[in-house]
Amino acid sequence: MENTNEMQVIFESRSSNESFARVTVAAFMTSLNPTVEEVSDVKTAVSEAVTNAIIHGYENEVHNIYIRCRTEGKTLFLEIKDEGKGIEDISQAMEPLFTSKPELERSGMGFSFMEAFMDKLEVISEPGQGTVVKMEKTIGKGRRIWTTQSL
Amino acid sequence: MKYQVQENCLTIFLPNEIDHHNAEELKRESDHLIERNHIRYVIFDFQDTDFMDSSGIGVIMGRYKRVFMLGGEVCAVHVGERMKKILTMSGVTKIMQIYEEDH
Repeated sequence: MENTNEMQVIFESRSSNESFARVTVAAFMTSLNPTVEEVSDVKTAVSEAVTNAIIHGYENEVHNIYIRCRTEGKTLFLEIKDEGKGIEDISQAMEPLFTSKPELERSGMGFSFMEAFMDKLEVISEPGQGTVVKMEKTIGKGRRIWTTQSL
Repeated sequence: MKYQVQENCLTIFLPNEIDHHNAEELKRESDHLIERNHIRYVIFDFQDTDFMDSSGIGVIMGRYKRVFMLGGEVCAVHVGERMKKILTMSGVTKIMQIYEEDH
């Protein structure tokens, strides 16, 4: 297809790479001509998924996190993958306020944020096999085309 | 990170971006200040902040629990549109007042 584009990044699961990850994805999606709001939405979602991979997937050990980004027309497809410990009960993990690590004083809102800021969210995970978070967002949805008034 | 202590009130001047990486530092430093200065009121100043994920919500909820036990409160000032959206969506505005005007 003509109007598709793709990129992949692999980086170590260090918390200092969280900002690198979201800025990289934000830079990649600029070709879709997104609003500031749409860029912020995607950055937040990327930050949540990468943080989950670091804290829960790898439990703060340093291993690789994989991000795959694809654009197809006006839609951005995102895949954030770790090869960590996986999720036993995905639907429980996705409940708002649920956290498997209450001692870390985290809000338990990670998946809720991803769901709220993206159009689609899918989580694929097996205990011991790692986790893939797939997300999708169409840019410019509901934005009206600007037309001038005829004289 | 910048902090200001006035009597039993701590103002946290939040950084440009709040994620898991710097939330840990924020928690550690602010808890230390809360304990040492017998803080009851925590003001989160969002003046310089334009990115926050759920880690920031964790920071607010944690500090709230801490001072609430002592009869205190938390509030937010200089909250821009984006931050307001995040705060409202997370439901944290149920426990934290947002002040629109300078005071």
